[in-house]
Amino acid sequence: MKFEIIITITLKEGMLNPEAEAIRHAIAHLGYATDRLVTADQFRITLDAADKTKAEEIAGSICERLLANPVIHTYEIEVI
Amino acid sequence: MKAAVIQFGGSNCDRDVAYVIQEVCGAEADLIWYKDGINKQYDAIILPGGFSYGDYLRAGAIAARTPIMADVIKAAHTGTLVLGICNGAQIAAESGLIPGVFTINSYPKFICEPAYLRVENTTSPFTRLYREGEVVRIPIAHKEGRYVVPESDLARLEAENRIAFRFCDKDGRVTEAANPNGATGNITGVLSEKQNVLVMMPHPERASEEILGSTDGKKIFDSMIAHSEQS
Repeated sequence: MKFEIIITITLKEGMLNPEAEAIRHAIAHLGYATDRLVTADQFRITLDAADKTKAEEIAGSICERLLANPVIHTYEIEVI
Repeated sequence: MKAAVIQFGGSNCDRDVAYVIQEVCGAEADLIWYKDGINKQYDAIILPGGFSYGDYLRAGAIAARTPIMADVIKAAHTGTLVLGICNGAQIAAESGLIPGVFTINSYPKFICEPAYLRVENTTSPFTRLYREGEVVRIPIAHKEGRYVVPESDLARLEAENRIAFRFCDKDGRVTEAANPNGATGNITGVLSEKQNVLVMMPHPERASEEILGSTDGKKIFDSMIAHSEQS
């Protein structure tokens, strides 16, 4: 079965994210006040798997082995 | 010393480091394209600076998963010296050769400037020719060079004398103002458990000849050569 998977990689809570801070400041220059801004990398993958659980497992393995660095990242997997 | 300098697509300091090893230090260096694998015994493997795979995903992340890195890890486990410089340091960290990761600078732009480093370890195969606490001047050139390491690993690195270099001012003071990229503890050179792997963001090959303004980096290559000749 084909599954489409959305993987979202974010920095762990408390990790310095200078890019997000720079963007938040730019938004402030436009006159909008924001309390918090998080950036994330999103990957959309289509793959073959026996079922949804297996598809999630494969995506998890891809995250662990390449897409995320466990020192600084967390990831979320959504199978659609 | 016979060294292998690994070339990935996007490496751009490979020839510089091979030149320094051969022409400046008088040792041997082979340039090895990453697809060819490491098929000979070398005393040292150099992962040079550059922008392997365009720094896609994370600097060093994709090169770290190429088959030749399995050869490098295997060689490191048998005691071969491995020196990762800049992008090579990022690749080595992504490969798990040292704990932690080099990520985007605290001020998120590319920095290219001379940096002062305090030598913290003078017993490793890479740093044995330095004096303890010696302040050296070696340039940096990176955007993703901020060393981040979990606290438990940091404590271990310190306890095991595995921090090779810290950013400092010209008098050797390790201060926040002297930390160009926001690295944890100003750390910019880290050794593996057996101390036969050194990863560092500064470029010693760019500080190995008088004409370049500093020869402070040459001692790293000379240390490696002295170590190889002894063992």
